[in-house]
Amino acid sequence: MTDAHANSRVRQPDRLHPLALRAMHWVNAVAMLILIGSGWAIYNDEVIFGWLHFPGWMTLGAGPEGALQWHFLAMWILAANGVAYLVYGLTTGRFRRMLLPIRLAEVVAEMRAALSFRLSHDDLTRYNAVQRLLYIGIIVVGIVQVLSGLVIWKPVQLSELAVLFYDLQTARLVHFLGMAAIVAFLVVHVALALLVPRTLLAMLTGGPVVAPYSPADGDRGPLEDAQPPPSPTLSPVIPEGEHSEAVRDLDEASAHPEETGSPCR
Amino acid sequence: MSLTQRPRSPSPFRPARGIDQSVLAENRALVRAIDRRKLLRGGISLGALTMLTGCDVTRRDSVQRVLKAVSEWNDRAQALMFRPNHLAPTFSPDKVVKPPRFNAYYDVEDMVPVDGNTWKLELAGLIADKRPWTLQQIYELPEQEIIVRHVCVEGWDYIGQWSGVNLRQFLDRIGADLTAKYVAFRCADDYYGSIDMASALHPQTLLATKYAREPMADPFGFPLRLRTAVKLGFKNPKWITAMEVTNTFRGGYWEDRGFNWFSGI
Repeated sequence: MTDAHANSRVRQPDRLHPLALRAMHWVNAVAMLILIGSGWAIYNDEVIFGWLHFPGWMTLGAGPEGALQWHFLAMWILAANGVAYLVYGLTTGRFRRMLLPIRLAEVVAEMRAALSFRLSHDDLTRYNAVQRLLYIGIIVVGIVQVLSGLVIWKPVQLSELAVLFYDLQTARLVHFLGMAAIVAFLVVHVALALLVPRTLLAMLTGGPVVAPYSPADGDRGPLEDAQPPPSPTLSPVIPEGEHSEAVRDLDEASAHPEETGSPCR
Repeated sequence: MSLTQRPRSPSPFRPARGIDQSVLAENRALVRAIDRRKLLRGGISLGALTMLTGCDVTRRDSVQRVLKAVSEWNDRAQALMFRPNHLAPTFSPDKVVKPPRFNAYYDVEDMVPVDGNTWKLELAGLIADKRPWTLQQIYELPEQEIIVRHVCVEGWDYIGQWSGVNLRQFLDRIGADLTAKYVAFRCADDYYGSIDMASALHPQTLLATKYAREPMADPFGFPLRLRTAVKLGFKNPKWITAMEVTNTFRGGYWEDRGFNWFSGI
């Protein structure tokens, strides 16, 4: 007991978003915006869809040569930062803790709640199932973007990888659709962050203090929210005691509609 | 590069019934209290502040410098990625596009054909035997054929069938210094370019004289052009009149305008 206290006094409190993660988030944000803006200019030089040109003021880099310079600068930043993020997420257990598990029943319930504008995000330290799915999805899209980008850049040197994308034009199409998915994600992500400003603040300052993480416990809540460990059963029904935020919040909302205080509805 | 001009349409953001003046009327006192001189003074000190930071009016130049430095770094990165004996994918003759796509820094109607009877290939730089070559002499050299993908920096591509003398064999024959850094080209249309020696020595790099087993047509570089499977299209000069083996960086027409020099694929 005394040991634990001594330790906690020496240790910096753990934040929901540690400094390293926040740095990676904002580096990624800047690199992504550069890649999207310059990518639109590169696209304009040889469009995939005849009806789609990106207006000049939305693009980055004067002409395709400048846009390519920006693209070939930001790609290194995005890729290095992305690798660091994946290593960080896997070695610290953050991915397992924040993004898993995803249960179909939760996704369905929360999808329904979201569509009726009743999805709550009162506890910043826990992502709901829809968030988990979207965050994992956008990580996968990011990986596909790096791979398809490499193939467009080096179809001969990386010909073994290029085969996975059929040919150069399909790799371009995949790269374009990946961009579209990222832009769509960005719109929702930024809109929700602005609707729930605490989430935006947390990504700047670190957010609430959470219990020090030990790799032994997979699923972990904040200090004040002691939860029983998740049951290992893969039951499609949400087990009793296992929290489902959507269901809980729906109940709360109907019981005390004025008390929930979530701006996310 | 050709963006179509569309007629101006009334802005969808323009209010249909003019601007609501009621806010102005309500806050007339506040608006009057705004001191124009204070604003001016504030504006001037804001300008002074930007001078203090030292960054600055030349911001555009410093950004350009960074982008250029990164582009040169990308040249080195691509040289490291280059696999000297890795062959580009090849295709069957039925995939060949006939005729190939014309591309130059001017339109096809401005193209000036080269007279093959008076044409000569001049040699310069680190070459033992610098005697110029006539077209007939080049035709008598052993011929190699490649059916490879032509990839343009703009994003389009097509499959072409090229034949001519293997550049490595030609460089051997004329006693070129194969340890030199660059092979540079000058063209009848004042286009110029240079490639790294490793790419020049690649098995799929030719001095091409034929397309689809026919003598090359004027728009595609008659009588002699470079065709390498490991570079973007603009790195393949057409209507070549002179070749130099050198350790001096010679750049290129598009490269000197901001496109990446190595531009390997």
